[in-house]
Amino acid sequence: MKTDNFNNITDTKSDNITTPENTAIVLAGNPNVGKSVFFNHFSGLYVDVSNFPGTTVAVSKAIYNNFEIYDTPGIYGVSSFNDEEKVARDIILSADKILNVVNALYLERDLFLTLQLIDMGKKVSVFLNFTDELERRNIKVDSEKLSQILGVEVIETSAVNKKGFDKIDFAIENARVGNRSVEVVNRIQSISSEVISEAESLLILEGDDFIAEKNNAKPATANEREIIYIERRNRVNLIYSEVEYEDSRKGQLFNKLGQISLNPLTGIPLLAVILYLTYLFVGDIVAQRLVGFTEQTLGVGIFEYYVKSTVAEYTDSDLMVEIHNADGTVKESREFVFPGGMNEKPELEKEYYDYSSQPDAAVTFKFNQFFAALLFGEFGVVTMTVTYLAFLLLPLVVAFYFVMAILEDSGYLPRLATMMDKTFNSIGLNGRAVIPIMLGFGCITMANVTTRLLGTEREKSIVTAILQFVIPCSAQLAVIAALMSGAGFMPFIIYIGTISFVLIALSTLLNKLLPGESSPLLLNLPAMQIPKLENILKKTYYRSLGFFKEAWVWFFLGALAVGLMQLTGALELWQKLLAPITTQWLKLPEEAASAFIMGIVRRDFGAAGLFYMDLTVMQVTVALITITLFVPCIASVMVMIKERGIKESLIIWIGTWITAFLMGGIIAQIFI
Amino acid sequence: MSSLIDVNRGRQFIIVRMPDGNEKMQLIRMGVCEGDMVACVERLPGGTMVIQRNRQEIAIGSGLAKRIEISLL
Repeated sequence: MKTDNFNNITDTKSDNITTPENTAIVLAGNPNVGKSVFFNHFSGLYVDVSNFPGTTVAVSKAIYNNFEIYDTPGIYGVSSFNDEEKVARDIILSADKILNVVNALYLERDLFLTLQLIDMGKKVSVFLNFTDELERRNIKVDSEKLSQILGVEVIETSAVNKKGFDKIDFAIENARVGNRSVEVVNRIQSISSEVISEAESLLILEGDDFIAEKNNAKPATANEREIIYIERRNRVNLIYSEVEYEDSRKGQLFNKLGQISLNPLTGIPLLAVILYLTYLFVGDIVAQRLVGFTEQTLGVGIFEYYVKSTVAEYTDSDLMVEIHNADGTVKESREFVFPGGMNEKPELEKEYYDYSSQPDAAVTFKFNQFFAALLFGEFGVVTMTVTYLAFLLLPLVVAFYFVMAILEDSGYLPRLATMMDKTFNSIGLNGRAVIPIMLGFGCITMANVTTRLLGTEREKSIVTAILQFVIPCSAQLAVIAALMSGAGFMPFIIYIGTISFVLIALSTLLNKLLPGESSPLLLNLPAMQIPKLENILKKTYYRSLGFFKEAWVWFFLGALAVGLMQLTGALELWQKLLAPITTQWLKLPEEAASAFIMGIVRRDFGAAGLFYMDLTVMQVTVALITITLFVPCIASVMVMIKERGIKESLIIWIGTWITAFLMGGIIAQIFI
Repeated sequence: MSSLIDVNRGRQFIIVRMPDGNEKMQLIRMGVCEGDMVACVERLPGGTMVIQRNRQEIAIGSGLAKRIEISLL
């Protein structure tokens, strides 16, 4: 298989596909067994990350030889306990063959799913992964005996050195229905028919309401399910004792680092260190220095400049060139007017190029034709959005996902969630919420997407509200930090205090008002390990790609809306409308209202706009409080609508307006 | 009857009863059933527990830990 570039995909694809119907092969297994390594092996040629229709869990599909390979979310069993399980269940039910990846270190746990898949009557092959780790710890698993007992192929694999990968094709070919006990088969066949498959029958016997309803059958009761589960557990225990030996079951695999991460005494200092390192990497190196380069030099300096110059060739343009002094003040300036575009006046164009090629020259383009201005002007939809996405957001999002992948793969993240669980309980969440909230400091839009991993709708609502109301994203944080750094200690305290107050009040209120219970923390803690660079890079790549695919449209639309507002004068009208609130209540200059509106499109603009206004220290504080609490960028609002629905999103959106102006105003009235 | 939340770090115990529901099913799948012998790896202030069975560590929130009946060995 060649993986030159995506342009070759269509050609190579048609070369390989000889049969009209592709066999559906599904990778299934517990979380953290290394399914992704297998999927990456298959997906070298073509990958499609899409949303499973009707749900919100992402599904990956790849074409390999003439098979369709599907990756599923990690599950402990096939049922319908949550969104991920439902998605996995449906994919597994429609699979032709199943490749069950099993973690050899957790064989006793993982075999539960294996037995369930076999009981379902599906064709299965088992990959016994992490055999390198087994060797390291002197544990032995008799894979041949296991294969005999289960009745399916068991291939020993080790992702780290691709051991066993040469047998993958063999495993796919020889996937078969395994050994099932007579009672299980009888029970299944008492339900199955032409319409109801054996796999679905088993799920009905295990009390799956969805499958039962789909087939007009009565699902088993919780008790009946428990009986089947315990029987399966017992079978697993028996099998396990037959095939694994010399194990260090009682030999505690205490990983000191794991312990240190968990215990708050050591864990909180460790978290502080990790947060500081993250800040250094993401906040300083990436957000300030790298993005400073990519956005200013590449984005504005090169990309926007060339695009706008090209546009200026052909349309009515005014070019203002300013020559700056060393300290940033303007030494001299000159305006070049081209009513018919630069190529109509070649001499003037030459003068312009000569003048602007002086050092420290900056050019501002103003287009007088409506669409030119809309697309390429000061708030040009095309120029602004591309710069924002490619030269600002991209480095930030990639950096954040990179850090998250490291924290995840090292085994740290679940331990962090465990350590924070109690704190989150007080606001109706459990430790898992730490993930979206941490991501929120990177990008709220990104974080909104990760609320999917929370257990109940209630928790998703609470976390979404916290993200939208309170959390400032990295684009904004950089500017806030810059503005605050000159402000002094008191304003800083006021800012932190107000934000914290809103956070606590909001979450406590939601916790009391929203009906239902939140799910308790029940989390498997994988062994701490050094993360593998290849996995980290692949995770970062796929997640960043997925994020941009989902979000880019909204940034464009938001920029379009603001661009239109500016050109039609609606922005100014808006400013006038808000003027009394802005000046009397918030005690800020009238133009601040524009900064707020700009913040809807690009959160950093909202904050950056304040740089150019002459504000007192307290005014800066009030403004920052207002924009932090204010509506986050349009993209995150769109994703929120997608995740939470229009009604809930509208309530949150209006709530942020009210809260932002209310709190900002109160602080202004007290302190200004 | 003691509950999981009362167990100190390092103690071994037997799970006597788990509350019915989704969590019980998930625990069974992860390898923890009623009657199993389990060790307490960590007990965080506030009651979040980490238990261990067969090299596997599982974190359990305090709310759930209160409702799991155990008997100390």
